[in-house]
Amino acid sequence: MRYAYYPGCSLHSTGKEYDASLRAVCLRLGIELAEVKGWVCCGSAAAHAASRRLAVALPLKNLAQVERQGLKEMLVPCAACFSRFKFAWHEIESQPELRREMEDVVEHQFGDGLRILHPLEVMARDEQLAQLASLKSPSLAGLRVVCYYGCLLTRPPEVTHFDDAEYPQSMDRLLSALGASVLDWGYRTDCCGASFSLTRTDIVLKLSHDILEGARQVGAEAIATACPLCQLNLDSRQREIEAEYGTRYNLPIYYFTQLMGLALGVPSRELMLEKHFVDARRALEKVGMP
Amino acid sequence: MIICNNGDDVLEFEALEDEDVEEDEGLPLQGERTRAGGAVTGRGAEVEWQVPAAVSAFGDLLEETSGVDTNVCYQCRKCVSGCPVAYAMDYTPVQLLHAVRLGLKDLVLGSATIWLCASCETCVTRCPQKVDIVKAMDSLRAMALRSGVKSAVPEVAGFYHSSLQNIRLFGRMYELGLIAQLKLYTRQFLKDLDLGGQMLKKGKLRLLPEFASLGAARRVVSRASKLEGR
Repeated sequence: MRYAYYPGCSLHSTGKEYDASLRAVCLRLGIELAEVKGWVCCGSAAAHAASRRLAVALPLKNLAQVERQGLKEMLVPCAACFSRFKFAWHEIESQPELRREMEDVVEHQFGDGLRILHPLEVMARDEQLAQLASLKSPSLAGLRVVCYYGCLLTRPPEVTHFDDAEYPQSMDRLLSALGASVLDWGYRTDCCGASFSLTRTDIVLKLSHDILEGARQVGAEAIATACPLCQLNLDSRQREIEAEYGTRYNLPIYYFTQLMGLALGVPSRELMLEKHFVDARRALEKVGMP
Repeated sequence: MIICNNGDDVLEFEALEDEDVEEDEGLPLQGERTRAGGAVTGRGAEVEWQVPAAVSAFGDLLEETSGVDTNVCYQCRKCVSGCPVAYAMDYTPVQLLHAVRLGLKDLVLGSATIWLCASCETCVTRCPQKVDIVKAMDSLRAMALRSGVKSAVPEVAGFYHSSLQNIRLFGRMYELGLIAQLKLYTRQFLKDLDLGGQMLKKGKLRLLPEFASLGAARRVVSRASKLEGR
């Protein structure tokens, strides 16, 4: 299977581990990724607050390139980018006049059937799960983990069409298939406050604290994420949160692709586990992983 | 007679006397609702009532720019219950929507709420009337940025401003550049210095920007801006 691949700005910097682990996993599973040539920022952080048209035009500029590369399906691992792409496509599909305007702006006529997918949607397909379950590789057995989906993958459902808006299950099914003990909890789609990372850190600390606390209360020893902004907040701000709330979590925050990689036997170096702020090896040693 | 003057419109309402409403007639809300532009009329409990659907010029302006009709909100406050940042806002989302339909433009654009909305889409997902509050917030922020109103949360306004400049300058987000720009804007030079240093050490922040798509990004930004007459 061959997909266009839009890494987005985060996966080239703060979320390098996500990029590396996704590529490693896809390589093992025979999924080919073709990076969108000359991709531009999707405008995620700011365009929507400044100009409605720019917020649509930036993602479409990249989608035009996808079609020029002769591809119809694009994988977007960053939940914030995924949301902007889904919104842009939803807007032009529902407003023919805007579509004409935007096709003029990005200098491309869109065909039918372009699909924007999050890697979870591909990895948690029934046939993919069956393939993973049949692999004779180290399993995640014994790792007590909660799956954190964050805000933008599932919401709003009319736009993202991802799993269930309030109670998504795809990552849970995926990690269960790899042997992990996936725990139920109440914070799977809560907000970590990512948009205030650089500004109102007080809000980030409070929201991320609630999530970490929720994970601890059900007895998790790790959190799996599917968004570079969620991972960064929960991981790099964890020490600050512990100081602020006078507690200790020491919860490693994995990308779901890193856990997949480990289960598929990818060396931990290739998954960049050493880049984490909270020691990511401890939980794995516990389940007998390198 | 109640007269409500909000700067944009003068609204006149006949006050209901208690004896006008007979309790045993049930809820006096059996009218038909039409979309903005039409009027809401109804009849219940022997009282004829009529509310103009387009309540304020400011509400109309918001609908024009965002497509969001605030008049269909029936103030159930489900948006507030689910909002993760409501605790930090000066007006809750539902209060802000109501302020829009009252035409309280200065209050709305000067509020902290429009900058503290995290765009997490919880309210939009749960609203029984499908009021797209996040889209409304986006439009209100854009109005505030353009009108030059002093932001109640200047660091967040500065973040939006700096991020956009960053995209224009580099085509892709250059985090170090963004952080530097933001520090110049907020004058908080010491904020997160330690964390930033660790990120650099771990190789999680690029030292230099990527210019791979600079031309393409500039072209889209300028063509999209031209459409909006800027």
